[in-house]
Amino acid sequence: MLKIVHMWVNGNEVELAVDPRESLVETLREKLNLTSVKKGCGVGECGACTVLIDGVAVDTCLYLTMWADGKHILTTEGLKGPNGELNPIQQAFIDEAAVQCGFCTPGLIMTAVEIVGTGRKYTRTELRKLIAGHLCRCTGYENILNAIEKVAGIDS
Amino acid sequence: MFDIEHYFEAKSVEEAVRLLSEHEDAEIICGGTDVLVKLRDGKGAGGSLVSIHEIPSLRGVRVLPDATLEIGPATCFTDLTNHPLIQKYLPYLGEAVDTVGGPQVRNQGTIGGNICNGATSADSAATMQTLNAVVVLVGPGGVRRVPVTEFYTGPGRTVRQHDEVCRAFEIKPEDYVGFTGCYMKYGKRAAMEIATLGCCVRVRLDDACSRIEETRIGYGVAAPTPIRCRNTEAALAGKSVEDESIYELIGTSVLDEVNPRSSWRASREFRLQLISELAKRALKEAIRRSLNHEAPGAAVPGEERR
Repeated sequence: MLKIVHMWVNGNEVELAVDPRESLVETLREKLNLTSVKKGCGVGECGACTVLIDGVAVDTCLYLTMWADGKHILTTEGLKGPNGELNPIQQAFIDEAAVQCGFCTPGLIMTAVEIVGTGRKYTRTELRKLIAGHLCRCTGYENILNAIEKVAGIDS
Repeated sequence: MFDIEHYFEAKSVEEAVRLLSEHEDAEIICGGTDVLVKLRDGKGAGGSLVSIHEIPSLRGVRVLPDATLEIGPATCFTDLTNHPLIQKYLPYLGEAVDTVGGPQVRNQGTIGGNICNGATSADSAATMQTLNAVVVLVGPGGVRRVPVTEFYTGPGRTVRQHDEVCRAFEIKPEDYVGFTGCYMKYGKRAAMEIATLGCCVRVRLDDACSRIEETRIGYGVAAPTPIRCRNTEAALAGKSVEDESIYELIGTSVLDEVNPRSSWRASREFRLQLISELAKRALKEAIRRSLNHEAPGAAVPGEERR
């Protein structure tokens, strides 16, 4: 039986009829075509499906769409500025060559947006812990950390 | 799409109890970081879920009139670690749950699920044992309180009945006032890892900070369920904090009170070595914190709102 879910996705009000068995990653990809949200491990280990729900980074493979009712969802698609500008985190990922295959990138960018959103500055050790919920199999994390450090790191 | 028959969203604890009573195949889901992973693996597939995810009264930490700390079971690990009452009175519990999985899992996973799953490897389990936490269960017949030290009946099994919902964990003042503590987890990686072994040691020193008045030692993965080491706790009472032999004592004595197994994660022999070594290190750190005057007094009702 379908149920109605009312939520805000990237600033837009959305009302959808969803199957209560659906995970949020399925709804975002298949019903709303937000394909920046990647389906990776499906068990909360890789972080590829990370989005912000009310500002908090969550693995959407382990999140029932039913729970999103009344909440604000932000995906990488929602980071674009009014004139198509990139978010400073996205620009930093480009500048630091923090992307290879790109599969982990949207999730990592959303976690970075959450980190920046706290308004605090972090040491590299703290940043390592904060991105520990993401697996990247290409870059070895150094360039990713360089990019996040550029925006949220303590000035050295 | 998860393989479930029916999904029910409970708006209150009472409604959750009723739904569980009416549906024998239903399981409670809160954060989902265990239940949904198991479903993905086919465990519990075809059953139903009663969600308590959207019941705000199950979240947060409060002080009761008698200075008891009440922890809402649906509080996620991140919120627990960052909660001012936890940081002030139970910082070692905040540290313990900060070692669960990774940041996103800690934003979703809850302490209620961590305990009610009955897993010996749960990162909050060793610390909750040392706190003598009381599990408040609500069922069709009303409320009952079970000490967490009597909560586990075997691996993955607890005294919680199918139609009972955990409403709170209570930590009494005599179990936290004057105590410092330290949780040490051993895993092969620093993140996204289930504990190979978890050890929590807590101490309360005398007023002069020279002797140990009370020690509490809790373990995860040292036996089929989380355990306490009461004989060792008793043996340490009255010892001087300057007496270096206490570390040898704790490291040797705990070995008589544990029963770890060999698994694909680690052998029994390696776990025994960890049991001994982590206890020494955690005791040392707990004492250091006491000497640094980190032991809290009693909480005041309403203080979290001030």
